[in-house]
Amino acid sequence: MLEKGLFKKPNNPLEIHEKAVDAQQPSIPEEMCVSCPSCKETLFANELEENLSVCHSCGHHFRIGARQRIDIMLDPDTFTEFYGHMVSTNILRFPEYEKKLQKAADASGEKEAVVCGTGRIGGFSVAVFAMDHLFMMGSMGTVVGEKITRIFEYATENRLPVVGFTVSGGARMQEGILSLMQMAKTSAAVKRHSDAGNLYITVLTDPTSGGVTASFAMEGDVIVSEPKAFIGFAGPVVIEQTMRQKLPEGFQRAELLLEKGFVDDIVKRRDLKAYLARLLDLHRRGT
Amino acid sequence: MEAYERVLTARAKGRPSGLSFITNIFEDFVEFHGDRRFADDKAIVAGIARLCGMPVTVIAHEKGSDTQDKVERNFGSAHPEGYRKALRQMKLAEKFRRPVVCFIDTSGAFPGIGAEERGQAQAIAENLMEMMTLKTPILAVLIGEGGSGGALALSVSDEVWMLQNTIYSVISPEGCASILWKDVSRVKEAAESLRLTAEDLLELGVIERIIEEPEDFSEIYGYLREQMCETVSKNMALPVETLLDNRYKRFRKLGVREA
Repeated sequence: MLEKGLFKKPNNPLEIHEKAVDAQQPSIPEEMCVSCPSCKETLFANELEENLSVCHSCGHHFRIGARQRIDIMLDPDTFTEFYGHMVSTNILRFPEYEKKLQKAADASGEKEAVVCGTGRIGGFSVAVFAMDHLFMMGSMGTVVGEKITRIFEYATENRLPVVGFTVSGGARMQEGILSLMQMAKTSAAVKRHSDAGNLYITVLTDPTSGGVTASFAMEGDVIVSEPKAFIGFAGPVVIEQTMRQKLPEGFQRAELLLEKGFVDDIVKRRDLKAYLARLLDLHRRGT
Repeated sequence: MEAYERVLTARAKGRPSGLSFITNIFEDFVEFHGDRRFADDKAIVAGIARLCGMPVTVIAHEKGSDTQDKVERNFGSAHPEGYRKALRQMKLAEKFRRPVVCFIDTSGAFPGIGAEERGQAQAIAENLMEMMTLKTPILAVLIGEGGSGGALALSVSDEVWMLQNTIYSVISPEGCASILWKDVSRVKEAAESLRLTAEDLLELGVIERIIEEPEDFSEIYGYLREQMCETVSKNMALPVETLLDNRYKRFRKLGVREA
């Protein structure tokens, strides 16, 4: 019988030293390389960015921040940001919330988890919002809800289509019931925009879940998703605990939602801008 | 009372469930089943009845009475079918211009495989949107647990009332403690921090009224009947445009108020 720990690396200072030497060996600094979480291929960061943060080997779509999203999807130099000054405060005096907000701001370089504004896609004027996973995983508190509500109200007033890119862990716990109320508030603004005959396209990206899925993410006239994006209401761990069983492969992924009839299509990131422009063209109002 | 005690009271065994409120407050209740798409979800009861002579649509979460009933009703945790059944009845209410009264008592929308596959999020989202412009008065009353999106999906209304010992929250205190702090034993602190009691919600402007719970609980039905009749009649008299504008503003004001 093999002794336990036989293949464990010895835990001694020499080993640590050896590792340190190892780390210096590759000629490419680590920050220039990224390992694809899906196929494990080592990718050059600059090449990855040029490829819209999609793995050239397996097609895995990396999560991207709101600014990069807007850069990729909108015509160059057409974006004007709205409500960019709005910052969250700890309205319920929830423990450690200020610290989390600060960390999120540092990680994302954003003031909140959604960026809103106007711009053009393929020449067509749109109101746009893009959520940011680096800001508390795109969770929706009162500021996110307010900004999204405002952009819909602006679009209704100005008869503009809305294109929204979602990524979110759901409602933000630290703002309690007021976060939950943002689901109703945003839905109200989406409904008014819709009733006035305006187009709303939702692009679901990985991951879109909880209260955001159960409100404006699922309220688009057209709902498309990036490949393999996680889209759901409840979290997989909660479901596994409730059902006391393992979840099937591909559960709560975009491909299953397409099969079940909850998204209109799956569009790869590199095709997305042209796809959106086509839809905007097809919904152009007669003059 | 501490917040967590309130959580326990709201969930307490023997607390009257949705059907008790329906049968004790209204007359002539006729239950309707099914969402016409997939199934009948017994976690939500829906139908029509009379409130001070006036036909109304009534919808309620029902957690169940005995063990078998509880299992059949999934402890009041609805699947998408439940929310779609509710919406179907609301649309009928709009058609016949009957007011809608909803009783909320759920730990949340069910987190299951079938529920996800049949669009739990989509079903809730659709209710939020459609209720916002439903052309008839809606009144929601929390009678137990108001669990997150599953509660909100029946609470987009002109007024929300909470019974004194009920809660309404974005997440259960247990869920909050385990996700945020990876420590379920901090549940009391979570309950406190979430601000989920009726007093908290009134202060935050999320609800209109707190209904006191009398020692003899059965006295509450007559009081609620009276109060509901008054509020619903008042809202029925409003022009639909005003009603919907008020409903929009009711939610619009929640959250950020700066320019």
